[in-house]
Parts: sequence; C-alpha cells; structure tokens
Amino acid sequence: MFGKRLLPLAIATAVGIGLTLALVFFYAPNDADQGFVQKIFYVHVPMAIVALFGFMAAGIMAVKHLRTGDQRWDMRSYVAIHMSIILGVGVLVTGSIWARAAWGHWWVWDEPQLVSFLIVFLLYCVYYPLRFSIEDRERQARYSSVFAIVAGAFVPLNFIAVRLAETFTHPRVLGTTAGGMPGSMRFTFIVALISMTLLFITLMKLELTSKRASDQLKRLRRKLEAQAASA
Amino acid sequence: MIRSAGAILRKDLRLEVRTKESVPAMVLFVVVVYVLFHFGLDRDTLSGDLASGVLWVTLLLSAILGVNRLFAAEQLDGILLAPIDRTAVWLAKATALFIYLVAVQIVAIPAFALLLLGPGLDPGIVPILLLADIGLAATGALVAGLASETRARDLIVPLLLLPLLMPVLIAAARATTPLFDGPDGDLGRWLGLLGLYDLVFVLVSIAVFDYLLED
Amino acid sequence: MPEAPALELDGLERHYGDRPALSGVSLSLPAGQTLGVFGSNGAGKSTLLRVLATLLRPHGGTARVLGAELPKEAWKVRGRVGYLGHEPLLYPQLSAEENLAFHARLHGVAPARAKELIDQVGLALRANDPVRELSRGMIQRLSAARAVLHDPLLLLLDEPRAGLDPAAADLLDPLIGAASGRTRVVVSHDPATPCDLALGLRGGSQVSLGTPDPAKLRELYT
Repeated sequence: MFGKRLLPLAIATAVGIGLTLALVFFYAPNDADQGFVQKIFYVHVPMAIVALFGFMAAGIMAVKHLRTGDQRWDMRSYVAIHMSIILGVGVLVTGSIWARAAWGHWWVWDEPQLVSFLIVFLLYCVYYPLRFSIEDRERQARYSSVFAIVAGAFVPLNFIAVRLAETFTHPRVLGTTAGGMPGSMRFTFIVALISMTLLFITLMKLELTSKRASDQLKRLRRKLEAQAASA
Repeated sequence: MIRSAGAILRKDLRLEVRTKESVPAMVLFVVVVYVLFHFGLDRDTLSGDLASGVLWVTLLLSAILGVNRLFAAEQLDGILLAPIDRTAVWLAKATALFIYLVAVQIVAIPAFALLLLGPGLDPGIVPILLLADIGLAATGALVAGLASETRARDLIVPLLLLPLLMPVLIAAARATTPLFDGPDGDLGRWLGLLGLYDLVFVLVSIAVFDYLLED
Repeated sequence: MPEAPALELDGLERHYGDRPALSGVSLSLPAGQTLGVFGSNGAGKSTLLRVLATLLRPHGGTARVLGAELPKEAWKVRGRVGYLGHEPLLYPQLSAEENLAFHARLHGVAPARAKELIDQVGLALRANDPVRELSRGMIQRLSAARAVLHDPLLLLLDEPRAGLDPAAADLLDPLIGAASGRTRVVVSHDPATPCDLALGLRGGSQVSLGTPDPAKLRELYT
C-alpha cells in the first residue's frame, strides 16, 4: 500500500518547507537590484522545474503503461500531469507577480522560460478534455498515454524553439548556470528545490492513495449490490 | 509497409478528387482570412514580420480543417483486418495531408502576394514551406488519430494541434521575415529548427501511432 | 495427426469499461465446421465476432484462432479470416471495383480476383457505379465479396443474409455458405440456421453449447 510510506514522507515535506521558509526569510540575502521581491524566485523557479520534470516523468510512466499494459502506470501518469498542472498555475501566477514587481508589467514576452512554460501549460490543459471525452476506460488510458508521450517529447523541443526566438534584451538574475549566484542564495535555492520535489511526490502519493481507495469502495459497493440483487 | 501505405494514400487522394472535401475548403478559408486581416489591420499591404506572421498563422489555421477531415471518411476496420503494419495508416494520412497542404499553398501563396504582400514574392520561401509542411503533416496525422475516438473531435483537434505547432510557427515565421523585406535573420538556424521538429515528430509518431489503433 | 481445431476458446472475456460484454465463453470448433452463435440483441454475439476478427482484444481467458493465440499473435490471424459485419466497410464514393481493388492491394491479392468476384456476386453491370448508388442487398453482396477476397480459412459472418432476397442469398452460398468448405462462425437471429455446433449467449455469458436444436435455441429470445 502507498499509505504506509505516506506519513514519513509528509513529515519530511513539512520539515523541508519549514526550513525553506526560514532560509528564504532569515538567511538568503536581499538581491542587490530587485530587493526583497526577488525572493519569490525561491518559489517560482523550483515550482517550474518540478512541474516540467513532472510532465516529462508522466511521459516516461506512459511509456511503461503502453509497454506493460499495466493500468496503474496510466493512473500515475495522469496524477503526475494533474499535479504538474496545479504547480503550473502557481508558476504562472508567481511569474506574473515577479514580472510586475521587477519590470512593471504583469506579463513579459521576452522571458523565454516563462513563455515556453505558458505554451507547455496550454498544451497540457488539453489533457483533461481529451482524457474525459473517451468513454472506454482501456482506450482512455491508451490515448492518454500517447498524449503524455507526445507532449513529453514536445517540452524540450519547445524550449529550444522559444530560446532561439527570444533576443535576451532583459538582464536576468537567474542565469541557467547557478554560477552567478552567491553561495547563500544557491544553498537556499537547492533546499527549496528539494522541498518542492518532496511536496510533489507527497501530493502524488496522496492523490493515488485516495483514488485507489475510492476505486476499492466502488468495487465493494458493486459487489454488495450484486449480492443483494441475487439474495 | 510502403506498399500498403501507397494503397491507402491512392484511395484517399481518389476520394479527395471525387468529393473535394478538404483542399477547396482550405483554399477558400485561407483567402477569407486574408481578407479578414486586410480589414482587421486596416492595411492594403504588409511587409516584414507582420506579413510573415499573417501568412503563417493563416496557413496553420487552415491545416486544422484538413486534419479534422483526415479520418472522417475512413473505414478503419476494413484496413485493420488486413495483414499490414499499422504505421502504414499514419504514413498514408501524413502523406495525404502533406499533398493537401502543398496543393493549398500553390494557390494560397500567390493569392497572399496578390492581396496583401507589399514586396514581391521570393522563391526562397519554397524550402521553408516544404520543411514546415512535413512537420505539419506528421503532427497533423498524429493529432487526427488521437482525436478520432473522442466525443468532441472538432474541439480537440485545434486545441491539441496549435500548441504543438508553436515551434513550427516560430521557425517558419522568423525564416520568411527577411524574404518580405524584414531585417536579415539567421536562415540556417530556423531551417535547422524546422528539420529538428520534423525529425522528432516523425519518430514519435512512428513509435506511438500503433497504440491508437489497437483495441 | 489430427488437425488442430480452427477455434479454441477457454473462458474468453471482454468488457466495455466495467460492463462485461462477454464472459466465460469456452468451445472448440474443428476445421471445416460451422459454429452458430445465437442470442437476443446485446447478448455479446457481435462482440465475440469482433474479438475473433482481432478488431477487439480479449480481456481474459484464452483464444486460439487458426492455431494463433490472441492477442499476441493477432498478426498471424489477420489476412486469414474474412469478416462480414454490420458495417459493409466500403467507401460510398468509390465504385464497386475500386473498393475491391483497394482491399486486394491491402491483402496482396491480384486485381483480377476482384473482377472475378464482382461477376460472381452478380454486380458485373454495376461494377463502375459508386457504392452509394447501390441497393442495400447489392452492398451486402459486395461486402461478402470483400470478405472472401483473400480466400480466408475462417469466415466470421454477422447475419450474412440480412437484406438479401432468396436469389441473392443463393448467389452468395458458394462463397460464404456451408458449401464454401470454409470454417465458419455465423451470428444469427434465426434459430433454424443450419450449423454443426450451436452456441447460446445471454447477457454476454455462455448458456448453452451443443448440437443445434431450434426449439431450445428459441428460448434464448424470450
């Protein structure tokens, strides 16, 4: 059962988030240019990274589903996409707040990571209408997995395309290399990234456990009804 | 596989010639959208990145019509009963879509030059069109297969296709901008991106398309 | 050495979502014989046929068709079974001849065979008319020609006589009737349909199997 490992995982996540918050507010220095508002970076960027890896992990789970025919892999793929979409909303909202604070606009088009993320997010939103407009459960799982694989392959391709297109007019604090970051910032960022990963895994397991429980309940209820009908 | 794909393709082209369901509708759509842009932008002629954007957004939108019709007349069970590699279905549909797109563009590009384009038409656009069409056809046939069994096919196709084509739009629009008197760009980079996109989506489609057909 | 049975099913299952469409079907059919499948609407007859045609995957039990196990060896079965279902699987805008030529190409059969079959089902005069202009009975005849185009060992027929007048039915007999010498699975609503083995289905489950007895089979429809 998933339930057993859930408690230690949840505790580790809570500790991680507590530690991250403490580090963000009391340890990490204020950014020289942007000041306090730059600290949203410790939420925004880990969230984006975890969501993107969540999307790509869903693609790998989908490959396993198609290879083995095991429906549990489809369920994992579905929950991974679901959680990444939820984080994705967070990414777009925090990105927007940050853009407003730093550049005075709620949305900036020359931030290639954010623009790529928006495209990826829009694509993955279609997962829901696709999945739920297929009635046969087996086919639903198969088609969803094909989507997850195609979209997973699209994520890196899209990043390359948008990166080539943008001209990098704005100076950006967060280069892709962590080299430009002072040590204390980098340490805080790594702790934040680990906590966000833990949070993602905990939420995924929680959702999977509850889905499994409700499935079991449905099955038991049907059995009872069948017994009542035959009695 | 090539032989069975050829049989399906010939059948599809014959049906298209007879029913005229896809290509004429796509051409008409493209021309109407050009007129829309003329009034929407209130310009008689376009050039540079604006011309490029209008051209490519219109072509992408017209592809939706073709993708929507791709499996509409298909009697899939009849094909699935035959002892053929199922990837042949994707290959046939992608090739059919590619041919439709080229046919549409043979009319649509001169029409664009005539109606909206300020500078003259540069034949340098041909390789860009062909590379973009390969990507459009590969992705379009895959999306058509994905949407074919859903209740709301007409809705799913554009929602799925347009984000997936974003890299094609970026590369193709940037590549054509200099041809329409825009600032010079790095043509090799954009052709390279189109080629990479084509390669990825052809390979991904070949890898996953069978799974859409088994039941 | 005794010939392997053409059809060997053991506990065959198929469901749509949570609803079982077929369960616990077990039988063995020797080559050359005819299996009649009987049952009211929704009993699972067509589902069984589609599973045997490899159009649907079995979800449980085992199924061996012409010695090949489904769904693993489905590719061995395709091309050796002929399927005549409710849908004619023809393109309305193409002519009779173009339709058969298309299927001939898919199956790797000579185009001459398509012409020959069109004559055999009595459509020689209408060979170049689009299928949408043919009558229902003609379409059924053409569809039967499509099903036997590649000379299949096993025929899967879903009410093959639907929409046919007696003369047309006689025309098809050498192709898809018992006289064709092929192993056949025939789905029928008529308890008097001749067969060697009769399978009775109710609600997706096997309720009877044995020598055909029209009086008993009639009970399936009540």
